[in-house]
Amino acid sequence: MTAPALQIARECPYAPPAQHVEMRENGGVSRVRLPSGKEAWAVSRLDLIREMLSDPRFSSDRDNPDYPALTTEPPPPPSAGSRKLLIQLDPPDHAPARRAVISEFTIRRMAALKPRIQEIVDERIDAMLAGPRPADLVEALSLAVPSLVICELLGVPYTDHEFFQTRTAAILHRDTPPRERGATYAALRAYLTELVCGKVREPGDDVLSRQLAAGADTEDVVALALLLLVAGHETTANMISLGVLTLLERPERLAWLIADPARMPEAVEELLRYFTIVEYGNSRVATADVELGGVLIRAGEGVVSLSNTADHDPEVFPDADELKLDRGARNHLAFGFGPHQCLGQNLARAELDVVFTTLFRRVPTLRLAVPADELPFKSDATIYGIHRLPVTWDE
Amino acid sequence: MKILLDEEKCVGAGQCVLAADDVFDQRDSDGIAVLLDENPGEERLGAVETAAQLCPAQAIRIEKG
Repeated sequence: MTAPALQIARECPYAPPAQHVEMRENGGVSRVRLPSGKEAWAVSRLDLIREMLSDPRFSSDRDNPDYPALTTEPPPPPSAGSRKLLIQLDPPDHAPARRAVISEFTIRRMAALKPRIQEIVDERIDAMLAGPRPADLVEALSLAVPSLVICELLGVPYTDHEFFQTRTAAILHRDTPPRERGATYAALRAYLTELVCGKVREPGDDVLSRQLAAGADTEDVVALALLLLVAGHETTANMISLGVLTLLERPERLAWLIADPARMPEAVEELLRYFTIVEYGNSRVATADVELGGVLIRAGEGVVSLSNTADHDPEVFPDADELKLDRGARNHLAFGFGPHQCLGQNLARAELDVVFTTLFRRVPTLRLAVPADELPFKSDATIYGIHRLPVTWDE
Repeated sequence: MKILLDEEKCVGAGQCVLAADDVFDQRDSDGIAVLLDENPGEERLGAVETAAQLCPAQAIRIEKG
């Protein structure tokens, strides 16, 4: 008997697919067929996903041919000589590589960065208000703010933002043919190699230059730059768009939220849980026979994490399909779990806090310029979001 | 209560600092968590338990009593 095909796209932007919920209610470890035709396991319960992500017998190496890719065709083989990204490394290689860069993303460093994030957000809002109505919030704010911030941190010229934004979108689009995805990665690597070589000759005041100064070799710094650049703008951009949309659709709760800025951190946390946009990103491949939730997973089998479904489990989060801005629960999987949990999570929290607080304060008449049911949601990408968010306001 | 922090396991996510910044901090040099207070008062139990639950590396243990 063949396993059922795993449904990948969401039917509803705000809730996991019914198929995934059924899997969660039936034990949480289910046999599924991937778009490639290969079979794998889908894990849909928060405790089991946490257990798997903490177990070193599950590898996160996306170059492993048994890694459960969600594309119809297998991913291109890694190009010769290019270093693995931090998110692909297993023990014992992962810890030292991550430790080399954690200090750049501590709570204290992110708090110190907040005034600069505030300036960037204010500049983007000034530019949006000075431009035509309606505006696409995705271009005007959602993509611009995290791109500007990560560019400053890494020492990447923002003038190149179109180059890396369009290529990142192509990488994250599920239907991009493998050959094109490989070529896109290669183009980004070539761009960043040139950039990093420039920093070898002429160091700047940025993360990449500091990695070089600490003795990291050029290839490792290129791999780090690639990961931080790709992961550092598109994810936060999608959360900004989804968050703004969701709050605009709930005017009473928005009014409650902005009445006291101290409420924002909990609201950000709840929006992160509610959307869990990196819903399949915590997938793994077993390197040994492991029992998970009473099911034997064999070495070489792939395991797909249904993180959004886990984050909508009413046994863990009461009334889980409801957005409760004061829920105060941070035990969600929006940033993953285990040693690979998002390195930039506190940067994302800071950016979301400043954007939501500032946008709704400065543009109190902000509203959607099209009906919400006409919005193009990213059911075709590996990270959930909205392609365009037309908004308008009163002068 | 006594808190045990395994610095070798720590991955520097900062979750413990978000949960209880009077008990946990991150070293500026490498971002790894450090204890500001190894024996916090019982009134901090809830916050410290949250830190232990949220720690993605499961590097925090609490010895009660």
